[in-house]
Amino acid sequence: MEGDKKMKIMNMVNALNDAFDIELKDDKNVVIYGEDVGVEGGVFRVTEGLQKKYGKERVFDSPLAESAIVGTAVGMAAAGLRPVVEMQFSGFAYPAFNQIISHAARMRNRSRGRYQTPIVIRMPYGGGINALEHHSESMEAIYGHMPGVKVVIPSTPHDAKGLMISAIESNDTVIFMEPKRIYRAIKQEVSEDKFSIPIGKANVISSGTDITVVAYGSMVREVQKAMVLAKEAGISVELIDLRSIYPIDRDTIAASVKKTGRIVTVTESPKSFGVASEITQIVNEEAFLNLEAPPARVTGFDTIVPLPKGEHHYLISPEKIFYEIEKTVKY
Amino acid sequence: MFKEYDPIEDKMFNIIDDKGVVVNKKWMPKLSDEQIVKAYKDMLFARTADLQIVSYQRQGRIYTYPPNYGQEAIAGAVGAIMRDEDWLVPAFREMGAYLAKGVTLKEIFLYFMGYEDGSLFKGAKNILPMSVPIASQYLHAAGIGYEIKYNKKDQVVYAFVGDGGTSEGDFHEALNFAGVWNVPVVFIVQNNQYGISTPFKVQTASKNIAIKSVAYGIEGIKVDGNDYFAMYAAVENVTKLAKEGKGPFLIEAVTYRKGAHTTSDDPTKYRTKEEEEDWDKKDPLDRLRAFLIAKKLWTVKEEEKLVSQYKKEVDRQFEEAENYPAYPLDDAFQFLYEEMPDDLKKQKFEHEKFLQWKETRK
Ligand SMILES: Cc1ncc(C[n+]2csc(CCOP(=O)(O)OP(=O)(O)O)c2C)c(N)n1
Repeated sequence: MEGDKKMKIMNMVNALNDAFDIELKDDKNVVIYGEDVGVEGGVFRVTEGLQKKYGKERVFDSPLAESAIVGTAVGMAAAGLRPVVEMQFSGFAYPAFNQIISHAARMRNRSRGRYQTPIVIRMPYGGGINALEHHSESMEAIYGHMPGVKVVIPSTPHDAKGLMISAIESNDTVIFMEPKRIYRAIKQEVSEDKFSIPIGKANVISSGTDITVVAYGSMVREVQKAMVLAKEAGISVELIDLRSIYPIDRDTIAASVKKTGRIVTVTESPKSFGVASEITQIVNEEAFLNLEAPPARVTGFDTIVPLPKGEHHYLISPEKIFYEIEKTVKY
Repeated sequence: MFKEYDPIEDKMFNIIDDKGVVVNKKWMPKLSDEQIVKAYKDMLFARTADLQIVSYQRQGRIYTYPPNYGQEAIAGAVGAIMRDEDWLVPAFREMGAYLAKGVTLKEIFLYFMGYEDGSLFKGAKNILPMSVPIASQYLHAAGIGYEIKYNKKDQVVYAFVGDGGTSEGDFHEALNFAGVWNVPVVFIVQNNQYGISTPFKVQTASKNIAIKSVAYGIEGIKVDGNDYFAMYAAVENVTKLAKEGKGPFLIEAVTYRKGAHTTSDDPTKYRTKEEEEDWDKKDPLDRLRAFLIAKKLWTVKEEEKLVSQYKKEVDRQFEEAENYPAYPLDDAFQFLYEEMPDDLKKQKFEHEKFLQWKETRK
C-alpha cells in the first residue's frame, strides 16, 4: 500500500491534514470550506495551515449554514470541482440533510450519469470528550441507510490518510466521519507519500479463532483493550475494522464468521436499526450454518447521549465488550 | 424609532456615549434611580459569575462554557422588561436573561457540569432550555408567538441568536413566518462580531443585520448593544408595539464578545489586540458605571464591596452544584418517551445485569 516509505509520527489530525495537503497540491479542483476551517483551521485544527499554503480561494471560511455548505458543494461538484466540506460536528449536519439525501446522493442517478457529485462531507462524531449536547452522537447508520452515498470511518491515523485520499478521489459523495475522541489519542508512523486505502474493504486487524469482533472508528481501540481481557480468559479474537460502513464488506465478515462461528459487533450508536443489525443479517445470509451462537452486539442505548456527568452510563467500556464476547463464546 | 434609525441607512440607535454621557435625550427611558442602580447591579452580578465560571473551568471544575463577558447590557435590558408570563427562547449566551427569569446560577452550573437537571429551570416560568443547534430556536419562538395570538394572551416572546446564526435558513424562515403571522415576537440578535473565529463580514454582505427585517416586511433596528439605555428603550418600545399586535420585531444588538467563544477557543488566532482594546472602550458596564458615578449614584468602593459579596454568592452556588448527587442511570432513559417502551426497558435491564457482573468480577 505504501510507496517508498518516508515515515513520520502522526496523529489522526496530522494525517488528515497531510491528505488534504497532498490532494490540494495534486488537483486544482479540490477546494475545502466550512465553518471556521480557514483562518482558524477548524475547531479541531484538522485543516490548520492549509489556507496559508493554498490561499483563500481554495480553503475558506463559510457563513454558518450547513444546508448552504452542502448545497453549494453539490453545485460546485456538478460543475467540476471537488469540494471537501466540513460539518463542525456530526450533530450539526442535520440542516444539510435535505441537500445530502435529496441532491448529493441522487444527482448522478437523476441526471442519468450526466452530473456527478464528488463531494467529501467530513464530520467529527462520537462521544467521550465531555461535550455539550449534540456534540457526542454516532449517527452513521442514518447515512448507511441513504442510497447514493458512501460512508467511511477510520480508526487510525494511517487509515484516515489513506481513506481520505480515496474519498477525495472518489466520484461519489462520501460521508467521512471522524472519531474525534481519538483525533489525538493515537499516534503512529504514517507514510508521508501519497497512498490510498480502498473504500468498501474491511481490515482484519488481528486474526483469531474463537470469535469475530467487528468494530470501526473509536470502538476499535476499545475492542483492543477488551482483547487483553479476552486473552487472559483464553479467548482468541479475530478483530475486523470495518473502515467503510457503506459499501459494507460482506466477504470479509462472512469469511471470518465461517472460521470462528461467533460474532460480536461493537458500535457506539443507538442499538436499534444500526450497523450491528445489518452485520447480523449479513452473517445470517452468508454464514448461518456456521453459527455456534446468536450474533451479538454491544451498542449504545436507544437514548440521547447523556451530558458529561452521565455519559459513562452510555459509553462502551472494554469490560462491556469482554462481557459480551465471553457470553457469546460460552453460549 | 424605526424611521429615525433606518437600518437601510445603517444608522445605530444609542443613548449614552462611551463615557456614559447622555447624547440622545429624546429617547432616554424614564427609569428611576433605583431601577438604574438595580440594572447595574444585575449586570455586575452576571459579569462576576461569568468571570468566575471561566476560572472554575480552568481549574477543571466545569466543562466547556461560552462566556458572556462584554455582552451583559443586552440580556440585562431584556431581563428588566420581560415579565414572568412572557417567554424567553434562549440560545446560550444571555445569562442575565435567564437569571431575570428566575433560573438560578446553580442550574446554569449544573448544565455546564453536564447534568440534565441543569435544564430544569425550576423557578422560571415560560422559558425554553438552551438551544445549541444554532438558530433552530428562532422557529420555536415564532411558534410560541402563534399560540399567544391564537389564545389572545397578553404575552411577548424574546428570542436570542448570535450574528453567526443569522446565516442559517432557520433564522430567515422564522422571521418570514412570524411576519406572515404577525405575532408578538422580539427577535434579538447579539451581534458580537464573531461566530467562533468567523467575523461578521464573512457571515453576510449586508451592511448590518437589522436590514434583514426589510425583506420580511417587519420592523428592525440596529442598537448599540453595549448601551444599556439604548437597549432598554428599544426593547421597551417594541414590547409595547408587540403587545398592541403590531407584529414581530428584529433588534440587532451590536456588541463584542470580550472573552473567547468558549473556554476551548483561542481568539488570538483570529483577532488582534488592537481590536480588543478598541472595544474595551465601549464596555457596557464601564459606560453605565460612569453614568452612575456622574450622577453620584455609585462609588468604586461600593462596587468593590459588592463584587466580593457576589463572588461569595457565586462560590456558594457553585459548591452546591458540585455537591449535586451523582447522575443516575435512570436520567439517561426517563424523559425520552412519556412511557418507556418495553424494548428500552430491556436495554436498561440488560445494562444493569452487566453492571452486576462487573461488580462480581472486582
Ligand atoms: C447548527 C449548528 N452548527 C454549528 C454549530 C457549532 N457552533 C457552536 S457556536 C457557533 C458559532 C455561533 O456564532 P453566533 O451565532 O455568532 O453566536 P455566538 O457564539 O457568537 O454567541 C458554531 C458554529 C452549532 N452549535 N450549531
